[in-house]
Amino acid sequence: MAKKDIKKLEFFSDWKYAPAPESTDHIRLQKQYELFINGKFVKPGSGKYFDTINPATEEKIASIAEASEKDVDTAVKAARSAYDKTWSKMPAKERAKYIYRIARLIQERARELSVIETMDGGKSIRESRDIDVPLAANHFFYYAGWADKLEYAFPNRNPKSLGVAGQVIPWNFPLLMAAWKIAPALATGNTVVLKPAETTSLTALKLAEIIQESGLPDGVVNIITGHGPVGAAMVNHKDVDKIAFTGSTNVGKWIQKAVAGTDKKLTLELGGKAANIIFEDAPINQAVEGIVNGIFFNQGHVCCAGSRLFVQESVADEVIRKLKERLETLIVGDPLDKNTDIGAINSKMQLNKINEYLKIGVNEGAEMYQSSCSIPKKGFFVRPTLFLNTSQSHRISQEEIFGPVLAIQTFRTVEEVIEKANNIPYGLSAGVWTDKGSRIFNMTTKLRAGVVWANTYNKFDPTSPFGGYKESGFGREGGLHGLMPYLRF
Amino acid sequence: MAYDFRSNPTVDQVGIEERVARFNTRSIKKGSKVQALKLALNMIDLTTLEGKDTEGKVKQMCYKAMHPHDALPDLPTTAAVCVYPTMVKTAKEALKGSKVKVASVSTAFPSGNSTREIKLLDTKFALENGADEIDMVISRGEFLKGNDGFVFDEIASIKELCKKYEARLKVIFETGEISTLDNVRRASDIAIYAGADFIKTSTGKIGVAATMPVTLVMLDAIKDYYFKTGIMVGMKPAGGISTAKSAIQYLVMLHETLGNAWLDNKWFRFGASSLANDLILQLEKEARGVYFSKDYISID
Repeated sequence: MAKKDIKKLEFFSDWKYAPAPESTDHIRLQKQYELFINGKFVKPGSGKYFDTINPATEEKIASIAEASEKDVDTAVKAARSAYDKTWSKMPAKERAKYIYRIARLIQERARELSVIETMDGGKSIRESRDIDVPLAANHFFYYAGWADKLEYAFPNRNPKSLGVAGQVIPWNFPLLMAAWKIAPALATGNTVVLKPAETTSLTALKLAEIIQESGLPDGVVNIITGHGPVGAAMVNHKDVDKIAFTGSTNVGKWIQKAVAGTDKKLTLELGGKAANIIFEDAPINQAVEGIVNGIFFNQGHVCCAGSRLFVQESVADEVIRKLKERLETLIVGDPLDKNTDIGAINSKMQLNKINEYLKIGVNEGAEMYQSSCSIPKKGFFVRPTLFLNTSQSHRISQEEIFGPVLAIQTFRTVEEVIEKANNIPYGLSAGVWTDKGSRIFNMTTKLRAGVVWANTYNKFDPTSPFGGYKESGFGREGGLHGLMPYLRF
Repeated sequence: MAYDFRSNPTVDQVGIEERVARFNTRSIKKGSKVQALKLALNMIDLTTLEGKDTEGKVKQMCYKAMHPHDALPDLPTTAAVCVYPTMVKTAKEALKGSKVKVASVSTAFPSGNSTREIKLLDTKFALENGADEIDMVISRGEFLKGNDGFVFDEIASIKELCKKYEARLKVIFETGEISTLDNVRRASDIAIYAGADFIKTSTGKIGVAATMPVTLVMLDAIKDYYFKTGIMVGMKPAGGISTAKSAIQYLVMLHETLGNAWLDNKWFRFGASSLANDLILQLEKEARGVYFSKDYISID
């Protein structure tokens, strides 16, 4: 049919959605938060506190204690003593009851937790309410079930707990990552010292309150806050049996060096630069949704984000046109508004990093396309961004940006796209979109990635293991596999 | 017909359902809600399609279409009334002088099990009595057999007739019978390419009527056609949409799929009988701040 000049579709100009902010009246926040050690909130030895701010308003929410090396030692000792005296001696089915109780308490306080998660981290209330908090509860529920069935999970292998687990978690899914780490550690009979990221300590501290309320024996879970050196002190502590880290590849490499030569067990869940691959026979409209969900979920602060898009040449024009159009219907702004799709960037530092990459992309000669949406003047925001005409050698195609920025390439053959998808130091996740079942299986066997999603993206479930290849780390979290790093056989 | 509709885009059901779930998380409040409620009221094809319909009932319904609820000022009329061909004359007279259109079902509605000849006669009868719009049904049996050409020709022949009377054609798939979303997409493409002015989900006469996933697949087909040709096609979900909340969710989906241009009763209709009163109830609530008894709203 003859093509005429077809007008672009326009959105939101005739029908604007009125603001629909989630209420914050019901949350309970203190002005100052202490360290959670041995079942009590205690002041830091350093006497120092730092501010945690709301990245959407740049306003201070609370003061958070900065742990000293001595505090780390106290926490590890508390965990050791709790392990020796109570937790390792407790019948497994009793352990399960505590884990189950934590899950129930998270559910009961879901509304409060999701609002605080959004205020402290900048993610949209829709995501914290519908994804982060329910998933966190589900992880506790799931691992509560395993606690007294370890012999069945690993028959004839005589699984035994390790002792004290030191856990360091990132700022992108603060409560959920705490759940990923704490739940399997407790189910396998270990005690825990956990350090949340310095920009997002609040929900971990609320979790500490929940843990206190659950009656979990003192010292089984200790939560200490602070900056990098606190994590380093934990990694270097002689009496820690296992380190579990989720975060950047650089820090992961440092940790691996630090624990080399010790008998500490280690799991690392690091960066990623996933390929999201669209074949010409894919359900295109749903694939476009998958691309959007893959890169703009949580402002792109996702280690498994589908940040490299590969589109088969025959459908590239259509996919890119639809993607550009879909960008216009993404609502960017106040994370507490129930209609917001993309919230605030987690911190000033991350905002600067993303903006730096936008410059790099333009300088490298890629074509930048951004949504025409307006973004708030205050707070840390970035427009959803596409880079067209990128190549494998561009830094924006190689390095993890950790923001709402998508690098797009086209391909012609299956061999070509597999080669390009694997041509990266990372290997955490990938997505394949096709109507052809056999192609999905072919791709999953050839893609060097820990998780491959077929005709969907960014799906998480406590029963499913998650983890990477190559510089994306090692060890698995979630599912039966998630028990193994916390056991010796 | 040279075109093979089976090579058309595939639909992933899980993806469609997730997208619909996302639309349903939108929270429409205050002014934007009032705007949506009025828009939805203005998009209704007020419908009565019963064997026991009487002229009196049709007349009452026509009055209701023109005066949905006089107690509230500035309310729009509904878009149309939808009746059987034998009631078109009555409706046309009752609506004289108003902008409310008369839509007539036709082509051996609701089953569509008749000959082409009778379907054309059925349609012609409605058109001669003054119908502004024809709601035809497709032959689901032929469609499920894979006889796309038959369905295409059937629609095209009715369209040809409608053109003579300058009437707009809505094509009903009865999506509850053609069952899969891939089929819904194929039926949409057949109807659109055969000249449908509107595509419509259901007759309202079987258990499964309009759903949001089915409607989204049809909106996607309309959008793809628009970007190929620049031609706009309308959408009418029918049956099962009885609450204001549900209507607003459909409007959000319409808005974020096809944009501002389709937010008009020229391009979107609700086939419904009881929706109007719930919209009125909610509009009264927005105006008064409290709910009031349904006894204040007429049931015509």
